[in-house]
Amino acid sequence: MIPVCRLEDLPKGESVRIETTPPVAVFHTDDGDLYAIDDTCTHQDASLSEGWLEGCLVECPLHAASFDLRTGRPTCLPARRAVRTHSVTVVDGLIHVHLAAEEGTAA
Amino acid sequence: MRTVTIVGASLSGLYAARELRAQGYDGRLVIVGDEPHHPYDRPPLSKDFLTGRADETRLALTDTEETTELDAEWILGVRARALDARGRTVLLDDGRTVSTDGVVIATGASARRLPGDTLAGVHTLRTLDDARALREELTRGPCRVVVIGGGFIGAETASSCSSLGHRVTVVEAAPLPLVPQLGAEMAAVCAALHRRGGVDLVTGTGVSGLRGTSAVTGVDLTDGRTLPADIVIVGIGATPNTAWLAGSSLALHDGVLCDDGCATALPQVVAVGDVACVGGTRAEHWTSATQQPRAAVANLLAGRTVETATAVPYFWSDQYGARIQFTGRRADGDTVRITEGELSDGAPAEGGFLARYERDGRTTAVLAVDRPRPFMRARRELARGAGEEQVRSAAR
Ligand SMILES: Cc1cc2nc3c(=O)[nH]c(=O)nc-3n(C[C@H](O)[C@H](O)[C@H](O)COP(=O)(O)OP(=O)(O)OC[C@H]3O[C@@H](n4cnc5c(N)ncnc54)[C@H](O)[C@@H]3O)c2cc1C
Ligand code: FES
Repeated sequence: MIPVCRLEDLPKGESVRIETTPPVAVFHTDDGDLYAIDDTCTHQDASLSEGWLEGCLVECPLHAASFDLRTGRPTCLPARRAVRTHSVTVVDGLIHVHLAAEEGTAA
Repeated sequence: MRTVTIVGASLSGLYAARELRAQGYDGRLVIVGDEPHHPYDRPPLSKDFLTGRADETRLALTDTEETTELDAEWILGVRARALDARGRTVLLDDGRTVSTDGVVIATGASARRLPGDTLAGVHTLRTLDDARALREELTRGPCRVVVIGGGFIGAETASSCSSLGHRVTVVEAAPLPLVPQLGAEMAAVCAALHRRGGVDLVTGTGVSGLRGTSAVTGVDLTDGRTLPADIVIVGIGATPNTAWLAGSSLALHDGVLCDDGCATALPQVVAVGDVACVGGTRAEHWTSATQQPRAAVANLLAGRTVETATAVPYFWSDQYGARIQFTGRRADGDTVRITEGELSDGAPAEGGFLARYERDGRTTAVLAVDRPRPFMRARRELARGAGEEQVRSAAR
């Protein structure tokens, strides 16, 4: 479980990148939901936390592939592979990310 | 239409095939490509592929699952030699002919060459085979590399070579590289990136010849100097691959002349990507090659121009650890204003910058170095503005 930041420090419509290996992007959507996905676009080499957030979709800032934050799946080309998704919880006003791989090894 | 033939099996050809199927075309689809490879992506060739960060599997544009879905006949490793005057028969180099009802021309461009560049050690960088050959030579140990041409591909290649530990010099005939693309002010800023990588930039002098008997040993400059070299990379631009269309009835002038919708004078022939001169301009950008096929295919299937393909231009380049992004259409005389970030010593400072090109109070283009998020916002604004402008002029 990795602490990210306080909920009030990540306003709706914003995203933040955490420097895990590989880095993870955490999004706060306009609807107030929190999502975490691997930060690096599966197409080439762009940071999705810098992308354009619209609803549950984030558009890559380099070649405009779009990913569904709920599933990690690309909804259009040029990306063809999904990014990993991670679960997010808020404990005492602090956002935490549970890395998918971490859970896998713990099990 | 019962048969559509796509000539050129690369980026724009593949996107055209996808669009044909996505737009409901269920007839026979033939894809002809003169390279033996399935479609692959060129931009990484001068970047991560050259430095070894990305291998060939990362270049593939498609996979077997998609290939099966596309249900096309791939004729690879065979060049199209001619298109008949009516645009109904594609003649192949191996003597075969393909009778067809529709044609998508997607033959791209080829690296321009220098006279005498058949010496060993002299390379161009356009194809996977080019990049393989160059990469192999670059792994043989440190050497002296001269890159001829300071455009985006030249700069990226120089950057990659220098990061591999080679001693690199870039020769540019113009007083400053990239001026046509970026304007003098910002061209100077991007040229300063070469310093970052410890690469020498020699400007304002042309190349008079290459030295060497079997392998290259140096580059003679028009100012009388000779640069010693073990490897020479010729990056002096690309010419559209239209030679095979010589006997057709299509108008050719720096590309296949098309209307705003990628349609040629023959209603069943469209052109896309680097080879197409669409509405008076020919782009050599990845994004145009992926966007044009949508309109081109719609118009091909409709038999007339029902959609236009004039998006706001966009390209990116990665060099010396910096990511350059540019969008819009700048013209000489536009003023340039850095609205975010700053320069340090004439080069992009740590954290990059965003610059706007302006004319009469309107933004015409945007350039960013390492500022993807504000760039993206500005790019959307510009695209929206262009859309509104188009609606206004259509209403007039
Ligand atoms: C090294 C490199 C780096 C690049 N980096 C960037 C970048 O960072 N950003 C950017 O925006 N753009 C970049 N580009 C440009 C981008 O790759 C091109 O715009 C894009 O590849 C154009 O696609 P295309 O399908 O139109 O043409 P091409 O990719 O040139 O494909 C045309 C295909 O048709 C084949 N062909 C030609 N003639 C015939 C014939 N007679 N019969 C059959 N087949 C034929 C060719 O062999 C080729 O396979 C780069 C290009 C290169 C070479
Ligand atoms: S790197 Fe994200 S779409 Fe290309």
